[in-house]
Amino acid sequence: MSRISTLFGKLLQNRRKALIPFITAGDPEPGMMVPLMHELVQAGADVIELGVPFSDPMADGPTIQRSSERALKHRVSLQDVLAMVGEFRESDSSTPVVLMGYANPVEAMGYDAFTARAKACGVDGVLIVDYPPEESVEWVEYLKRQNIAPIFLLSPTTPQQRVERVAALAEGYVYYVSLKGVTGSLHLDLHDVAEKLDGLRSRISIPIGVGFGIRDGATARAVAELADAVVVGSRIIEEIERSPKAEVLTNVHRLVKSLRVAIDAVSPAPSAAVKLTHL
Amino acid sequence: MKVYDLPDSHGHFGPYGGIFVAETLISALEDLRIQYERYRSDADFQAEFAHELKHYVGRPTPIYHAKRWSAQLGGAQILLKREDLNHTGAHKINNAMGQALLARRMGKSRVIAETGAGQHGVATATVAARYGMECVIYMGSVDVERQAANVYRMKLLGAEVIPVESGSRTLKDALNEAMRDWVTNVADTFYIIGTVAGPHPYPMMVRDFQAIIGREAITQMQEDYGRQPDALIACVGGGSNAIGLFYPYLDSSIRMIGVEAAGHGVETDQHAATLTKGRPGVLHGNRTYLIQDENGQIVETHSISAGLDYPGVGPEHAWLKDSGRAEYFGITDEQALEAFHALCHYEGIIPALESSHALAYAARLAPALTSDKLLLVNLSGRGDKDMPTVARASHITF
Ligand SMILES: Cc1ncc(COP(=O)(O)O)c(C=O)c1O
Repeated sequence: MSRISTLFGKLLQNRRKALIPFITAGDPEPGMMVPLMHELVQAGADVIELGVPFSDPMADGPTIQRSSERALKHRVSLQDVLAMVGEFRESDSSTPVVLMGYANPVEAMGYDAFTARAKACGVDGVLIVDYPPEESVEWVEYLKRQNIAPIFLLSPTTPQQRVERVAALAEGYVYYVSLKGVTGSLHLDLHDVAEKLDGLRSRISIPIGVGFGIRDGATARAVAELADAVVVGSRIIEEIERSPKAEVLTNVHRLVKSLRVAIDAVSPAPSAAVKLTHL
Repeated sequence: MKVYDLPDSHGHFGPYGGIFVAETLISALEDLRIQYERYRSDADFQAEFAHELKHYVGRPTPIYHAKRWSAQLGGAQILLKREDLNHTGAHKINNAMGQALLARRMGKSRVIAETGAGQHGVATATVAARYGMECVIYMGSVDVERQAANVYRMKLLGAEVIPVESGSRTLKDALNEAMRDWVTNVADTFYIIGTVAGPHPYPMMVRDFQAIIGREAITQMQEDYGRQPDALIACVGGGSNAIGLFYPYLDSSIRMIGVEAAGHGVETDQHAATLTKGRPGVLHGNRTYLIQDENGQIVETHSISAGLDYPGVGPEHAWLKDSGRAEYFGITDEQALEAFHALCHYEGIIPALESSHALAYAARLAPALTSDKLLLVNLSGRGDKDMPTVARASHITF
């Protein structure tokens, strides 16, 4: 079993929800990434989403844009990001790592070279923001050949037909974007999330994570009532941005820990969760 | 005869084009595609577009025989398709008008656009004023500095100009920011992209709106010269004026030449010659040639003309290059300036620096041809906006 399904199986048994922090590889600086990843795990992260910096992050709000720019000042390449995951794997063999980024760096490296190297470094899933399922057929084949999970986004505006298309391609978990707009936006409509997730459950058999717009324990907890995983990005990056370098690890730890505590306060009705057989 | 019928239903021109955007934008693009497909063949819509182009934009634009310059160059005759005579001074308004009419039919009250030189921003602000729509223009903060007069023009026309501080603070970043606005405000907002770039259906839609250039040329050439030209020449930034001229001619065998900005030279890293020096990749919603580093990061480009200073190119041009149907060459800043001054001097026409790249290529080609040959150059815009740049290049201060 893959690291991602092992994890969700265990969480389900313990009636817990996954906490998935997002950070950008190379922010605040390349040398701090592996310690930061371990720190996230110690603070209670179940999966790490690692952003691959790109010069033109069209789907991201200002916080993640700035984070990407800081990483690019250090000339962090996709190869460097993979090396970071490889180094993290030397002392953590169980926490899933999912790369999230844009198509062009992957295309520049080539599907074959990228997927082979990603496998060797211990990458568990990849989400390419600007690869919708229609343009992903060949890409998904390459990922699956290396047993890397293709992760896809679903949005409030995704029609049923497309949900089914995503369901046919996606592995690991799907990532439901909880609002219209870019990452880091402020308005999250919980009522809408609840309604949409209800509709998705019948079509999607793998876990559903919800992200975009989760900024504090209260929202994290409310989302955890509804989803299998809670993804938090911009809020963590803000913490990295505003912390002096020497305090990044402690401040991020404190923040992630508080999210963990909030999420663990949830005791979900079993019906809201995915069935074990689907994992 | 093989009839050119690209893009396919998913917006592909061979391996290029397509829809490479986040899921959050998919339904907006799908809606746009459906609405555009509908109005594309709607007689009322097309009639209104034609009416506005005639009475507001000032079409048809003439074809002018640059006799003195041709004689001076010695060789082929240079003919100019005078897009500089359009309202607002460039071809950009053909497309802005078409998209604004579509926005109205779709019930959108707010239009947004990206702009580099400011020409597309001015065209969009103009049509927004014409139809009483709210207008927001995204412009890289570097370009806001460089193109102060156009910023003021847009403001006079009632647009809000938002300087973009991310990335390289130029056109590509303005496009990213406009997309972010669109995905956030899609309910009431129409995004008017300024060139044949972006995700499907934009490259096709912008091409269709600009194709009036080539359609008029076919008629005018027949009327005025009794035949079609021997070659078409146009500058290529994103590629909208070029495709507008080329598209109606694609099923012919007439030579088509796109001219890119070679900046300080394609052998330097200071140019915007995407098709000459770029590699295929994905940016701004489509697959096309891109100027990028070895890690797939988009790098800054350079051209003396802000309108050609873009690291991508419309996907249809990528296809026309690979398929061999069109040829693409680079012209340096210096060569463009030389052609700029020549046209001022011999013809009393001040061309845009973008268009001067096409002129410069024509000036290189003409002497190699006999004097009965006809080169049709798309004079995509007038050069009033370029006064500060040209003056600076000539070491003149006002
Ligand atoms: C006069 C003029 N010509 C050409 C261009 C380049 O755009 P495109 O290649 O889309 O025609 C611009 C862009 O601003 C322009 O203002």
